Amino acid sequence: MKRLTKATLRTALNLFFFTVIGTTILAYTFNLTHERIAQSEAAAKLKLINQVAPTALYDNDLLNDTVTLPASAQLGTEQETPAYRGRLKGQPSVVVIEAIAPDGYSGKISLIVAINYDGVISGVRVVAHKETPGLGDYIDIAKNKWISLFGGASHQRYQEDDWKVKKDGGQIDYMAGATITPRAVAKAVHKALHYFEENRARLFAQQADN
Amino acid sequence: MNISEVKTILHNGLWKQNTGVVQLLGLCPLLAISNTVVNAVSLGLATTLVMVVSGSAIAPIRNYVPNEIRIPVYVLIISVLVTVVQYLMNAYMYPLYIVLGIFIPLIVTNCIVLARAEAFASKNALLPSALDGFAMGIGLTAVLGILGGMREIVGHGTLFAGFDLALGEMAKGWVITIIPDYHGFLLAVLPPGAFIGLGLLIAGKNYLTLRAEKKSKIIKITSTQTSAA
Repeated sequence: MKRLTKATLRTALNLFFFTVIGTTILAYTFNLTHERIAQSEAAAKLKLINQVAPTALYDNDLLNDTVTLPASAQLGTEQETPAYRGRLKGQPSVVVIEAIAPDGYSGKISLIVAINYDGVISGVRVVAHKETPGLGDYIDIAKNKWISLFGGASHQRYQEDDWKVKKDGGQIDYMAGATITPRAVAKAVHKALHYFEENRARLFAQQADN
Repeated sequence: MNISEVKTILHNGLWKQNTGVVQLLGLCPLLAISNTVVNAVSLGLATTLVMVVSGSAIAPIRNYVPNEIRIPVYVLIISVLVTVVQYLMNAYMYPLYIVLGIFIPLIVTNCIVLARAEAFASKNALLPSALDGFAMGIGLTAVLGILGGMREIVGHGTLFAGFDLALGEMAKGWVITIIPDYHGFLLAVLPPGAFIGLGLLIAGKNYLTLRAEKKSKIIKITSTQTSAA
């Protein structure tokens, strides 16, 4: 019995020893790389944001001028999301918000939408989607420039009922082979625009802790 | 470690026991990520790196790890190494890291890594184990690369697209358009294309092996006949 306890203890100690070494190596690598990773992530985010809100539109530190939006059915979000506010010479100019189209052909389509202060959409990009390659994936700017048709769209340009794909009687172009995907995107962008119009004051409000 | 040992290890890893077309281990990344050459080769090389380092880490401690906990210890070592590779790729090859995504952490579950640790590194010294990891990894990378090339040509009509993700701006001009104005062939890009492509590769490998066997048999027979005569 005593010998068994001793053997078990030795095995446990052995495993513990390897765990400690493994943890040390991981902690060391994490320390070495986490700053660079954060930098790459911020750079990638800024690059994406600049696709929808060109740098000419703002002169502030947009990534750090954020307001947290609660989960919203209108945006399709289930968690709090950040909204990035661009200001030009101190005046609010553009806001970048995240929106989710819940009704894509194969699940959710994540979007970022940039809307100018005057309610004109500056640009839309798909951040993540699972649409069929070759059919529904033309919503991705890497595959097709379709998504850029939302640039310049507003309620002045499209009436309430025009925010649909042409097949449904609206004004939004789509491509043969996939209608569900662009329908979902158009609906989500339209809802995001409504959200902006209803919450504009709050979106651009100075944060309490600023 | 003498020359013939080195040769055997290399021959096993690259051809005779090739993980991709003979052992058929580690098919998850093989099928999922081999839609372009750059994805396939990058994941293959990351796996190779993990196999070399895990082989070299496990071989020297093989006599100190109690038999009953050797598998947990190996898994621990492999997952630490994979996480280190993941951190490094995230920090220094961010665009590629985004493309390979979940498949980098999934190297842990690639059974070929644990299989080599258990079958080779736990019974051999440091140098042969490292070499074995290298040979097995490169064998896998080669199969992944060929499969990626096949699927990229048939699926997209290009070769070497996207190398700038791994190597930076200078590789942007490496793309070779094999078929101009190609509209793509979806089947090759989706997972079934990987199964079909892999099947063709296995068939090709078997054909070559059988032909070599036949040839050596004929040589044997003729040589015995001449000696009898």
